[in-house]
Amino acid sequence: MKIHTLVVLVQDHPGVLNRAVSMFRRRGYNIASLVVGHTETAGVSRMTIVVESVNVEQVVKQLYRLVEVLKISDVSDDPVVDREMVLVKLHVTGQHRAEIVALTEVFTAKIVDVAANTMVIEMTGGPAKVDNFIDVIRPFGIKEMMRTGRITMVRGAKGHSGAELIDQAAE
Amino acid sequence: MSEKRTGAQILCEALIQNGVDTMFGIPGGAIMPFYHAMWEYRTDLRHILCRHEQGAGHAAEGFARSTGRIGVCIGTSGPGTTNLVTPIADAWMDSTPLLAICGQVSSTVLGKDAFQETDITGITMPITKHNYLVKNINDIAYVVKEAIHIATTGRYGPVLVDITKDALQASAVPDYSKKIFLPGYRPTVTGSKKQIKAALSLMLKSKKPILMIGNGVMMSDASAEIRVFAERYKIPVITTLHALGAFPEDHELSLGMPGMHGWVHANRAIQEADFLMNIGGRFDDRVTGKASTFAPNAKIVHVDIDPSEIGKNIEVEVPIVGDARIVTLSLLEEEPEETLVAEFHKNAAVWLEYIRELQTKHQHKQQYLNRPDTSTMLPHDVFAALTKAMNTRGNYRVVTDVGQHQMWAAQLLDWYKPRTHITSGGAGTMGFAVPAALGVAVAHPEDTVWAIAGDGGFQMTNQEMIVVIQENIKNMKVAIINNGFLGMVRQWQELFEGKRYSGTPLTSPNFQKLAEAYGWTGITVESVDQIDAAIERAYAIDGPVLIDFRVEREVNVFPMVPQNKSIGEMITE
Repeated sequence: MKIHTLVVLVQDHPGVLNRAVSMFRRRGYNIASLVVGHTETAGVSRMTIVVESVNVEQVVKQLYRLVEVLKISDVSDDPVVDREMVLVKLHVTGQHRAEIVALTEVFTAKIVDVAANTMVIEMTGGPAKVDNFIDVIRPFGIKEMMRTGRITMVRGAKGHSGAELIDQAAE
Repeated sequence: MSEKRTGAQILCEALIQNGVDTMFGIPGGAIMPFYHAMWEYRTDLRHILCRHEQGAGHAAEGFARSTGRIGVCIGTSGPGTTNLVTPIADAWMDSTPLLAICGQVSSTVLGKDAFQETDITGITMPITKHNYLVKNINDIAYVVKEAIHIATTGRYGPVLVDITKDALQASAVPDYSKKIFLPGYRPTVTGSKKQIKAALSLMLKSKKPILMIGNGVMMSDASAEIRVFAERYKIPVITTLHALGAFPEDHELSLGMPGMHGWVHANRAIQEADFLMNIGGRFDDRVTGKASTFAPNAKIVHVDIDPSEIGKNIEVEVPIVGDARIVTLSLLEEEPEETLVAEFHKNAAVWLEYIRELQTKHQHKQQYLNRPDTSTMLPHDVFAALTKAMNTRGNYRVVTDVGQHQMWAAQLLDWYKPRTHITSGGAGTMGFAVPAALGVAVAHPEDTVWAIAGDGGFQMTNQEMIVVIQENIKNMKVAIINNGFLGMVRQWQELFEGKRYSGTPLTSPNFQKLAEAYGWTGITVESVDQIDAAIERAYAIDGPVLIDFRVEREVNVFPMVPQNKSIGEMITE
């Protein structure tokens, strides 16, 4: 079982996320993380899907059967920028405040809310760095936490823009 | 074209413009505007009223599979469309081009659990090639065009269009000119030249080659090209269930059907082959048996229009993504060295002779030939008589249901022409035969269309017999292979579950009287000596006839590969 990161460009239609997720469910593929959002091209959405699969080739082929899927790239072995964001609400008492502030600086995280007994920290980084940050911060008492899941972009000139695909089809 | 039309009128015009002339359906609240409009277009757009939406869906499938054109079925919102789910799933498994048009509650109440509201696009998402929820009249013309394009290109399949009642009732000036815009849908139909060369060179190096053809050959109308290819290289041909008729069974190169109830010699040939080219088949488990044991010595070439089928069940040496007919034509364009071809011919002849020896040893239609000495009527007696009658009269198409009779029909009838054998393969949908035969009979009034069903499957959809009367259809006959059991399940219970016949003994009404109640001619056959006369009478009557063949109750379909066993391990008696 290998972890694969897929960058999937899809037409921005209602139900397209449902179609993709439904395919994973019914064929028994395991989604570790999925993020979907707008792109540089109007009408094109982009998913970053992290999938645990023995046969990623089948996953890709099955995804391609969906009419609204434009382009799929397995970027698992490419040099990439991987990012996810986490918001952490900590229970903070006076004695730990300074220590937490110092740690957020080390992780280039941001304190985005401070209240009498709580603090909300926003942190962005690669998945390993986010894991590491959470491990370090956990002993202070996490009240709430939300991770976004991973978004991925390949480094350098190679890329995944939907503009060309849309233009070709329009001709 | 500048005049305003209702959404329902636009729907009718869009269907006609995209080649639809026949539809099967049932009206209801949400779809009523469509029915109101279709009356104006009835000379170009024939509507056949069915008795259950499942029947309408299977009829549309029969129409589609026998013509290669889109089959259209209609249901109203809620139960009307959920009743279409079974035929949609059936069309999905068998890659049948089907358009399901569904009425939906008005957009103003959508999502509020309105009367007869069901999320049919949600329900059918996993069993359609694509589906649409249309809420705006201005989308209707384009969606119909795009839906039919998707259903009838690439790997065919079902597409569902759900239209809200207010969109059908609204008025607008239609625009039929919008071009299809599908940036994510570009099926590969032309096989890679490099792969085609690789496939052929691999084939020519082999000494025990097999060509296996599947549904894709039927769907792409590649029979003629396949025949030229097979004859040019003298390569033996195996036809899967859905390819029966795509290669004539009386051809010297034809080996017949493989798989769970295929012939011993066909399965043995696969297991011993050193090369296997599968054109348009998907290596279904009923063909391969235990996949890891399939064709262990063969280098495999797989031609399929759907890339996801390649490598899904069976690992292959040379994958070719493309349309069966276009790839076969490309294969025919290749001109390998004649000395290589001569050597290949020589080896293939020795190989074919070996397979024919196997065939003689295991007998082709063995169970019939080893007929037990009994005075009762075996299913095999019925199929022998049907074969004789069909061959004498010609112009037949056969639609089978699912179960023992389906396998006997596949084995024992003679298949010579494409699109003459129509059945529910992948989904195995009991109740398919009667309504699907109705669709075939509508599409081919010049042919005699036989629905062959068991007593179980027949009772699932027999209400569609009255549609045959209402529509004045003359060319449909029904043969029930009536053994008083859900026979295939009973066979498994006999062979693998110690004859515990749990839930399989079946009481049926008097089918002759049932037929008569429907306005059909009904005939009951209880002994071998009555068979020929009954079939003669069925042909002599210019109208629908049902024959209830009350056959020996506990007869098994052999040969048989037990589930999850290698196709090399067949039970033959």
